[in-house]
Amino acid sequence: MTSLVVGPAVPEAFLFITATLLLGIAAFLPERRAAEITTPVAVILLLVTAMLVVAVGGGRALAFGGHFVQDEFAAFLKVLTLVVAAGTVLVAPGYLADERMERFEYPLLALFSALGMMMMISANSLLALYMAIELHSLPLYVMAAIKRDSVRAAEAGLKYFVLGALASGLLLYGASLVYGFTGTLMFDELTQRYAGAEAAPLPLGALVGLIFLVAGFAFKLAAVPFHMWTPDVYEGAPTPVTAFVAAAPKLAAVGLTLRVLFEPFGAMVEEWRQVIVLVALGSMILGAFAAIGQSNIKRLMAYSTIGHVGYAFVGLAAGSVTGVQGVLVYMAIYAVMTLGTFACILMMRRQGRYVETLDDLAGLSRSDPLMALAMALLMFSLAGIPPLAGFFAKLYVFLAAVQAGLTWLAVVGVLTSVVAAYYYIRIVKLMYFDEPAEAFDRLRRPELQLVAAASAAFVALFVLWPTPLLTAAEAAARVLVGT
Amino acid sequence: MTAALFVFYVLALVTVAAAVMVIAARNPVHSVLFLILAFFNSAGLLILIGAELVGMLLVVVYVGAVAVLFMFVVMMLDINFVQLREGFLQYLPLGALVGLILLLELVMVIGTRAVPTTVAAMPQATPPGVNNTEALGRLLYTDYFYLFQAAGVILLVAIIGAITLTLRHRPDARRQDIAAQVHRRPQDTLEVRKVRPRSGI
Repeated sequence: MTSLVVGPAVPEAFLFITATLLLGIAAFLPERRAAEITTPVAVILLLVTAMLVVAVGGGRALAFGGHFVQDEFAAFLKVLTLVVAAGTVLVAPGYLADERMERFEYPLLALFSALGMMMMISANSLLALYMAIELHSLPLYVMAAIKRDSVRAAEAGLKYFVLGALASGLLLYGASLVYGFTGTLMFDELTQRYAGAEAAPLPLGALVGLIFLVAGFAFKLAAVPFHMWTPDVYEGAPTPVTAFVAAAPKLAAVGLTLRVLFEPFGAMVEEWRQVIVLVALGSMILGAFAAIGQSNIKRLMAYSTIGHVGYAFVGLAAGSVTGVQGVLVYMAIYAVMTLGTFACILMMRRQGRYVETLDDLAGLSRSDPLMALAMALLMFSLAGIPPLAGFFAKLYVFLAAVQAGLTWLAVVGVLTSVVAAYYYIRIVKLMYFDEPAEAFDRLRRPELQLVAAASAAFVALFVLWPTPLLTAAEAAARVLVGT
Repeated sequence: MTAALFVFYVLALVTVAAAVMVIAARNPVHSVLFLILAFFNSAGLLILIGAELVGMLLVVVYVGAVAVLFMFVVMMLDINFVQLREGFLQYLPLGALVGLILLLELVMVIGTRAVPTTVAAMPQATPPGVNNTEALGRLLYTDYFYLFQAAGVILLVAIIGAITLTLRHRPDARRQDIAAQVHRRPQDTLEVRKVRPRSGI
């Protein structure tokens, strides 16, 4: 019987216990007051948990009988996920109060979702993986539908829930096939048996299971051909929820995908590469072309997400240390850009009502030059224009692809980036050269300005000091890819 | 042995018959009742093979909660079941065809497999000297403690979600306020009036 090691999972335990305590306290406070205190407390808890992750640090350690693993890779992604989640929780309360849905459950659900994301990153068995995915997505479904009087939000929540359940089914089916054909749930055992020096060939049935697993991950990441839910959910859900769904969960899902593909199935690179290449190709092309006709900025961001996941998958298809490093850097930069862009979208309020069409941004440079500057920087970065962060993100994944002999895929990536640049830069053109629309309300929301300014500063100044992120990502990548 | 075999056949026959009645009964309430009968007999079968915890869970969870929920739904939703079945005959040939193809495929799959002539030793359901419930409990609280806790957290989130999405504080709803009831005094609500004969108030 294994002894119960909890040590490496202290951050998760801390987050769970404090979140439960906060739930208990908030439930007995008057409703308005509970809603006021839970948001700042939740942000602080997320940041403290991130610090705890740093304190626990890297160095491979198992907990709970091997279902949970903590290493440099997990620490890197967890810190990023928690910081980004804290940012998306921080920007929410203003919008929620304006739309009269400030509820104390919102930050709590975000906390539990963040807990699920941490467990996803640290999952070290098929069962732990499934549990973590359920825990991270269940709060997201509720958050998407939290504006219960709105038909669109309810539709978004229901769509997300039903399709998410379908994805869970695919994932579970894949997991059961892998378990059935290999006889083990544990990643370590799978690694030992099928990826080691005297590795046995993976049974065909387990390979089919792996494909199902990848399909489930692709759904969570909104990659083609499992992207259909994304535009509707992004548009229908309240903007802060969209921001939350778009940023942190993608980091966690990428972490999970990387761990599954490189640890237990690391020897099967040639097999799963075909699937990843196909997904990357489809996502890049759809993300570039489908966004052109969009007039709603949240819908546009949905297609932007699809495209960016495609680019990240290019690095994954390379299947090398530089590839994984590229994916990690890409997702980190993507999450920051998304966070900043949504902070800007949350500032788009006119006469007390939130607007979300592109035309509302017309002439913003004259009415609010600072916001226009931040938005322009973020858009240029999303498009991948040097010397902004988004350019380097793409550079690393394409470089890794070229090194791995996938030059044609990198070329497709560059071409689709050019197409995508059209709609990003169109927003800049709208803001700087079009006749001004009516000015937005002057919001007194320092948190929005802080997040937008910090993200814009990050994308602009990344070129000056890229080393910390790159070295951390490389150390994380080395854990996964042995050589 | 014969007693166990006899019990098995009785339980199995009743289970199958009840399952058939679930889809054959005209009245949906009867369907749910037959479903409960099927659950009970399946629980009996499980106990017969020594999985007493799973059998009891089947009764508690499926009969106690799920079937009752079904009953509520069936009784409270005004579903016209006759209408639901209208297309049944129309789609029957197609459904039968799909079923036949599936059956053929199954036969082909099983047919191509070499059936091992010697059966490997049956895995023991529980370690010797430990009963079923204890064995499961030991596993759940040791090797699978993490997953057990994770399942608990998921259920907690489900509760929070259900309350978040459905609880409404309606200001027009009149709730019972016991403190206010107790604090009512006669002089606040009663008024003594002299009423003269042959005239109202």
